[in-house]
Amino acid sequence: MAQSALQSTAAPTAVPEKLPIGAIAPWAVFFGVLMLVLLYFVGAEQGATSLVSGEGVHEWVHDARHLLGFPCH
Amino acid sequence: MNSTTVRNLLVRGMLAGLVAGALVWVVAYLLAEPLVDEAIAFEETQEAHGHAEQDLVSRALQSTVGLGTGVLVYGVAFGGIAALAYCFALGRIGRFGPRATALLLAGAGLLAVYVVPFLKYPANPPAVGDPDTLNQRTALFFLMVALSVLLAVGAVILGKRLAPRLGNWNATLAAIASFVLVVGLAYAFLPSFTNEVPEGFSASLLWRYRVATLAIQATMWTAFGLVFGLLAERLLAPRTAAAVGASGAESQATPVTH
Repeated sequence: MAQSALQSTAAPTAVPEKLPIGAIAPWAVFFGVLMLVLLYFVGAEQGATSLVSGEGVHEWVHDARHLLGFPCH
Repeated sequence: MNSTTVRNLLVRGMLAGLVAGALVWVVAYLLAEPLVDEAIAFEETQEAHGHAEQDLVSRALQSTVGLGTGVLVYGVAFGGIAALAYCFALGRIGRFGPRATALLLAGAGLLAVYVVPFLKYPANPPAVGDPDTLNQRTALFFLMVALSVLLAVGAVILGKRLAPRLGNWNATLAAIASFVLVVGLAYAFLPSFTNEVPEGFSASLLWRYRVATLAIQATMWTAFGLVFGLLAERLLAPRTAAAVGASGAESQATPVTH
């Protein structure tokens, strides 16, 4: 009786299972780098540094870059 | 199994980021584009002497599809990064369920990724900012974002370490205090760019523009936290429920076999 009462009070605050670090790490490294590359193209390409020549990328995302807080020009 | 969960959370994070980005697109277009146009109108009066340069991308495209491309990519990228951070945070930051963890993470993201760097290096509309300092401003802005995110992660780890000794409340306060202290030192010692507003630029426009960029970020992180929380709850709930159900069945089974 006492045991089942304890069980019912503990049940609603069940903490989700931890995911093992080893299972997260490969995803975090690969996709982390990929996402940072995306952010670089939105935030800084053809501004302070330039991988693609010209002004096309800068001009295309110009307004987003300003409004997301990146230094633009 | 666990690797699959990470993949599923990552996909849902990027989807939630896409939804948040779409909402930001609407908010930015309605709230902030008129301000960008005002700033560009000022910029053009400054450059009025002669050279009518042909724009590579027209204003009509920049303020619609261009804006959309940028904010959607930004949303997906931060959605992915936040989902990966969520995988680490889940079950490790205290007794929070999947939805509460997502909303807490989104709040921390808003603060660490935008608000803390913004207070030192606020967003500038067109016409504000000296092109000669662009390289330095870009490097320092990215440095400030990276520093702020790393310090926030550090503060969470510190809080967890201190919790057994100080209790949750005091450990959280100590972690926040140390975060504020180090951020304050960074504010004090990193160079500022406070003299780059051109003569005659409307102070009111600058204020409204900067507040609008805060609204954009608040929209993005709130939308992300709520949508991702919902998706994560749906993905993880059956497992949590099954675990509770199994232990419940066990405790019920014990008296019967006795």
